[in-house]
Amino acid sequence: MFKLRDKYAIVGIGNTDYTKASGRTVRSLATEASVKAIHDAGLEVADIDGMVSFNFNDSAPAMGVATEMGIEDIGYAVDYAAGGNGANLITLAACAAIEAGLAETVVCFRAMNGRSGFRLGGGRDMAAYGVTQFTAPLGWITYPQAMAMWARRHMIDYGTSPEHWAEIATTFRDNAIRNPRAMQRTPMTKDDYFNSRQIVDPFRMYDICLESDGACAVVITSAERAKDLKHKPVYIMGGAYGGGPSQGDDLFDAIRWPSHSHNCFKYIADDLWNSAGVGPEDVDVAQIYDCFTYSVLMALEGLGFCKEGEGGPFVMGGRIAKGGELPLNTAGGLLSEAYIHGFNHVLEAVEQLRGDAGDRQVENAKICLTTAGAMTCGSAMVLRN
Amino acid sequence: MNTSADSYAGPVPGPDPETQPFWDAMNQGKLMVQRCPDSGQYLFPPTTFCPGSLQTPEWTEVSGRGRVFSWIVVRHPVPRDIFADKVPYVVALIELDEGCRMTGNIIGCEPEDVRADMAVEIAFNRVAEGITLPAFRPVAD
Repeated sequence: MFKLRDKYAIVGIGNTDYTKASGRTVRSLATEASVKAIHDAGLEVADIDGMVSFNFNDSAPAMGVATEMGIEDIGYAVDYAAGGNGANLITLAACAAIEAGLAETVVCFRAMNGRSGFRLGGGRDMAAYGVTQFTAPLGWITYPQAMAMWARRHMIDYGTSPEHWAEIATTFRDNAIRNPRAMQRTPMTKDDYFNSRQIVDPFRMYDICLESDGACAVVITSAERAKDLKHKPVYIMGGAYGGGPSQGDDLFDAIRWPSHSHNCFKYIADDLWNSAGVGPEDVDVAQIYDCFTYSVLMALEGLGFCKEGEGGPFVMGGRIAKGGELPLNTAGGLLSEAYIHGFNHVLEAVEQLRGDAGDRQVENAKICLTTAGAMTCGSAMVLRN
Repeated sequence: MNTSADSYAGPVPGPDPETQPFWDAMNQGKLMVQRCPDSGQYLFPPTTFCPGSLQTPEWTEVSGRGRVFSWIVVRHPVPRDIFADKVPYVVALIELDEGCRMTGNIIGCEPEDVRADMAVEIAFNRVAEGITLPAFRPVAD
């Protein structure tokens, strides 16, 4: 269990524009976001001695970015092989590295040309190795196809329906309209949702997140050091990473997963809340990994905001909208803001807790949950101001 | 999915030491999966060590009968050049009567007619010389 409650804080955030075609190298995106985060903290590049990133496709290596920034004395540089599940893992790893004395001030980043470069899940080698030999030849290749299999089973078990997903998609789009950074700011009605093309039954186009080019970065340091920096620190109360049985090698490797009606969050919930010393009832605002509309339900159920199977009814009636009981994905989420592999959620959490979210600001936001991942493994973090 | 041996342009299974017996059996019209000699539990996908017991799994022929656990209907082809003329097609997770799950296409019925827990049996979908993919077709309950 994460044992560093309130000992570390996020002190700076930075991002590039989110686009469909950056026309730039991934490394230059990573460097831009990292330098912005460092300056946002009121620090200089020379103050940084640790870099952490994660990647599942194209990426800028942590050492490459450190080199481009001109850091000569790096104490900790790690690239985690992780998908969206890694977005909170790297922040927790940064805390662990500082605690271990490997670094004092660490930049965590994710950068990708996710639309113009390597499109996640957009196609695979024509020879299918490992578990993909049992999936790709059948035409089961893309991430929407992978996740739709889970969503179907949730529908079978609990009567979850596209009505629930439409509520999620339209709520997040409403939030994106208030976010100048968001890629998708065109208003979306439920009719628009239901009229959108069915990509892989049961998913329509608006159940599926964007593909984006861009980068996000945060700076993490000790709570003690954070006190003297530019912004009010955002403290990391607790966090957890992991999954349950049968995580497997690959996101398609869930054939042995016990039930497709719950995912990793059921298994990390106790560690998350115990480490943070709070529970779901204490959360004011949450940024939930929404690679698909449906994944929001599994996170809410697994982390105890409602019972398993009740996620659909839970999100209805404005409860997750701005001004609702539990505002979710206040920047528009991966569905409407951008898909920087979930790391943009961490930036929005920080802005909400600083009170810097402008038109998107949730009143009296004191505790924010972030989650990352949607299937057999994932990570989550509880932040406070 | 493709049925003509000459036209198969899809991803080719890349057998490895763990999976070769499965594909060899498929080509002979037999469905073989592994079973843990310790617990008796059936295992799929193939593995070198039975999870938990760490025993060496045994290959065994199974009935090929099972039920639809979950399924998708692919309508938007990706990659387009391979799957454009295949859509709509169904990929399913089948819970075999022996208790483990495996993947396969559903053939022999319209995509709209697939149902949860529908009874199915194995069909050996020979898409090219030496490549037989698992598919399942509906059977009477």
